[in-house]
Amino acid sequence: MKASAFSYARATSVVNALELLVAHGDRAKVLSGGQSLMPAMNLRLISPELIVDIGEIAELRGIAVKGDVLKIGALTRHVDLQKSPEIVAHAPLLTEAVAHVAHPAIRNRGTLGGSLAHADPASELPACMVALNATIVVSGQAGERRVAAEDFFKGIYETDLSAQELLVAVELPVERKSAAHFFFEFARRHGDYAIAGLAAQAVVLGDIFADLRMAFFAVGDRPILANAATKLVDVAVTPAVLSDALTALSEELDPHDDQQASASMRRHLAKVLMARGVSGLLGRPDLNAGGPV
Amino acid sequence: MTAPMPISLDVNDERVDAHVLPRLNLADFLREHLQLTGTHVGCEHGVCGACTVRVNGEIVRSCLMLAVQAHGTSVQTIEGLSDSGEVADLQAAFRDRNALQCGYCTPGMLMAAQDLLKQHAEPDRERIREHLSGNYCRCTGYQAIIDAVEITARGRIGRRP
Repeated sequence: MKASAFSYARATSVVNALELLVAHGDRAKVLSGGQSLMPAMNLRLISPELIVDIGEIAELRGIAVKGDVLKIGALTRHVDLQKSPEIVAHAPLLTEAVAHVAHPAIRNRGTLGGSLAHADPASELPACMVALNATIVVSGQAGERRVAAEDFFKGIYETDLSAQELLVAVELPVERKSAAHFFFEFARRHGDYAIAGLAAQAVVLGDIFADLRMAFFAVGDRPILANAATKLVDVAVTPAVLSDALTALSEELDPHDDQQASASMRRHLAKVLMARGVSGLLGRPDLNAGGPV
Repeated sequence: MTAPMPISLDVNDERVDAHVLPRLNLADFLREHLQLTGTHVGCEHGVCGACTVRVNGEIVRSCLMLAVQAHGTSVQTIEGLSDSGEVADLQAAFRDRNALQCGYCTPGMLMAAQDLLKQHAEPDRERIREHLSGNYCRCTGYQAIIDAVEITARGRIGRRP
């Protein structure tokens, strides 16, 4: 189908975009890459009265490292993330994950900020932000505020953003020494939305996790930072310890049924992902009963 | 502001000035305003890849881009690539390998395949599959398409000095 009629404004700056959003509230929608918004409009799932196009705002672009912080502008496209030497050096989890986001033609338009603000529970980047302990930078007329990624995602297509605010950047801690990451997803076709997926970031000292953040996606209404992973930190991970964590994960998750998979299948796949992740991060093939990734 | 807006862009190296409604997507602009009907419209929500065109040298879904967003850009369609001879060998390989039946997906397939071949001179079959994963074909079962892209890549390597 075609999108219904709307008015269009090309914002010239963040200040200008915020003025438009304040004036029009939830009758307006922000357009960045359009790779989620345009399908929703073409399917008439949403019919905003005004489109505020932020695509030309130069201050929302760019990837920069400052001290221990990697800052990524909201308009950074998936293809920019994929090719960025700063990202592969300081947040290689993202480089790996973004290859799973849709297809080349979509990665050439889709943006990080757009993906996070859209907050599809099956998408990869929100989970990566949670795993990487990112801070989401939100701009409003009162100024900027910072929200931990874990608190930013509220539900299906729901975030902490109000209709008068703009997501302007994310800040990631630069990867520490002894860091390790893991990313895997199950999807029907490469680039399709995941049936179940895992983005994980860890600090491994010897053969022990000093830190382990496992963010599961497509198994809940938002990316889920697994509490179960804490059972694997600062202990020698034996098959029994892992088994305990898998049981805890299974109890913690509350996945949904849809045409792609039942809740029990998703719960099963999440456990497979956890086992593969732990095995991969520790370099312990013996822990992965499900076979190599 | 629901009134038509002026846009200026290059399409296949020709300057185009037009007035378009904000809701008009780039695919429909190319097809209905410029009669460049080689760009096909399939699903209209970014899944099928039939509407793939180049904007500023990069492939995009023209059904997921507004014509007003194309203001100031350079757009190339399958007509441009075909007329310039840029994809002549790829088109020949598609014909030779029966890599099309109804042909609906073919313009998008050619755009995506050419995009891959520009970035990777010698892609393996897995890489070809991955790059074309966003383009649906309901006729061929894909094997012949992968063959055609692979053969074209080999041919181009052979022609290099």
